[in-house]
Amino acid sequence: MTQLLSKDSWQYREINRRAPSLPTLSNALIALADAGHPVMAGTADLQYSNGLSGFAQRYPERFVQFGISEQNMVSAAAGMATTGVIPYVATFASFLALLCCEQIRMDVAYCKQPVRLIGHHTGISLGFYGTSHHATEDIAIMRSIANLAVVSTADGPALDAALRATVDYPLPIYFRIHRGHDPVVYENGVAFELGRAIVHGIGKDITIIAAGYPVHGAKRAMEELNAAGHSVGLIDMHSIKPLDEDAILEASARSKVILTVEEHNILGGLGAAVAEVLAEKGRGARLVRHGIRDEYSLIAPPTHLYRHYRLDGDGIRAVALESIA
Amino acid sequence: MSVRQTPGGHLLVARSHELLSDEQLAFLHERARFIRLETLRLISIAKVGHYTSVFSCAEIFAALYYDVMRLRKGEPAWTDRDRFLMGKGHAAVGLFPILADLGFFDPAWLESYTRLGSPLGDHPDMTKVPGVDFSSGSIGHALSNGVGMLLGARFQQRDFNAFVLLGDGEMQEGQVWEAALSAASHNLSNLIAIVDRNGYQLDGKVDDVMAIEPLDEKWRAFGWEVHTVDGHDLEALTTLLRAVKADRARTKPCCIIARTVKGKGIDYMETEPGWHLGYLGAEDEAKARETIMNTVISQ
Repeated sequence: MTQLLSKDSWQYREINRRAPSLPTLSNALIALADAGHPVMAGTADLQYSNGLSGFAQRYPERFVQFGISEQNMVSAAAGMATTGVIPYVATFASFLALLCCEQIRMDVAYCKQPVRLIGHHTGISLGFYGTSHHATEDIAIMRSIANLAVVSTADGPALDAALRATVDYPLPIYFRIHRGHDPVVYENGVAFELGRAIVHGIGKDITIIAAGYPVHGAKRAMEELNAAGHSVGLIDMHSIKPLDEDAILEASARSKVILTVEEHNILGGLGAAVAEVLAEKGRGARLVRHGIRDEYSLIAPPTHLYRHYRLDGDGIRAVALESIA
Repeated sequence: MSVRQTPGGHLLVARSHELLSDEQLAFLHERARFIRLETLRLISIAKVGHYTSVFSCAEIFAALYYDVMRLRKGEPAWTDRDRFLMGKGHAAVGLFPILADLGFFDPAWLESYTRLGSPLGDHPDMTKVPGVDFSSGSIGHALSNGVGMLLGARFQQRDFNAFVLLGDGEMQEGQVWEAALSAASHNLSNLIAIVDRNGYQLDGKVDDVMAIEPLDEKWRAFGWEVHTVDGHDLEALTTLLRAVKADRARTKPCCIIARTVKGKGIDYMETEPGWHLGYLGAEDEAKARETIMNTVISQ
């Protein structure tokens, strides 16, 4: 075998082994299987991207390789669920939520099958792979499908908690997750309850409501702004559906501004869901929606995109300051 | 022993216990007639429906539900039952009377067919109708659903079969071929697809709208065992289905191309594709009923 000459050379299976949160999905499913839950998993030629290769090695009889046939995978998962197993099927969020939207609606949600749909590498996390691989519409599509819960966890520990806490949930769930290289928010783990947000604080000046990857930057922004004398709060709204309306209403009663932050089009996503609650029941807090402004992302490495779209800590802090100026 | 040579050259040997007795055959003819008559009756409630889609597969319904499938009357959720899925969900009007007849739900439900709040609509809904093994309505999903059922069954070491009735127009859906690949790749030998090859879809002849032949070669190329049969010849069809189900040496999934006539049994429906969707007024329905009562369809 030819020896690589440069220490900078890499191949993706190897680099993915070093992604801190990538094994989360696989490890959680292994733990659930170990505990006697009838879980199975499937993917569409992406087992090294979502880490299910680990589950496949540990439980080959529970793993199904569907090849590049995402629609078949989703419909088959619904069929699997009718036999009493809990199927977790994973592929890029862009393909799962957009290519398989109709299979999700018809076979999974309408038929009330407890399939777990794992949309990974969501938002703009695939950087310069471009729009075909970005998912900035998935929340809008998935949350309009009846019977389907939508969960967007901030990091690996939160995903682990969410997978374990929902194993017996009788209806389907769409999990919107990142790529396993995302920074950790909850180093010591976190409790998960579907429909119950994690409230890090309610600020008199501003409360940030975020979900998914931007929670990390929002938490840093909150801490820095509070240290500078502002009153800033943060709600990690991991359950986009069912939505924690009580947490939103409490923030609307006590904060001057509510700032929603999402790695998604501001149309139809978390900001829209919060806006719907505020419009019907809110108590006067002004709403600012921050995210992708109804456009397709530029081409760039992911970290550059997060900086450009102001979804990192510095960017969210700047948007928050502008919102209360 | 009966040896059948399929057009594709595959030899299928039916053992003697797979052959039908005269009584069994007469019973199945009567059941196929029942399905057609009930279809007339239910469509008279809705005042619109897919007569011809049922008439092309009435013998297939009869053979599966009254002979071939492993079922328990009155136990629609029996774990080890054989499953039936229909890609051509618009023929559900012919399925509902069977499910009621098997005690899966109260036959009185049939009177509510398509009325406000009824569990019974134009397409089958598993969340509303006991005995419907999977919902359908969007063409092209059912074979995938069947693949998933058998993957779940394999993990749980259950040995039921899944019979998936597909329309020939459905062959134009890409997802069917994803499912075909996966079934062969996973060696799902207890998956049996039946293509109702009646030759028509909404816009005209299937092969004018989007040509699908040579269909047997396509399925064979996708790794399936393929048989072709006259879908109205209840003796041949049932014998073949019995033999295919009993063949535990097969490692591939099996596709049966059932050559059928859309609207079979009512002559004007057989020649006019507009009858894909229609309604017979009282006098025409009575005449159709009389025709069906006086006809034995054997091929």
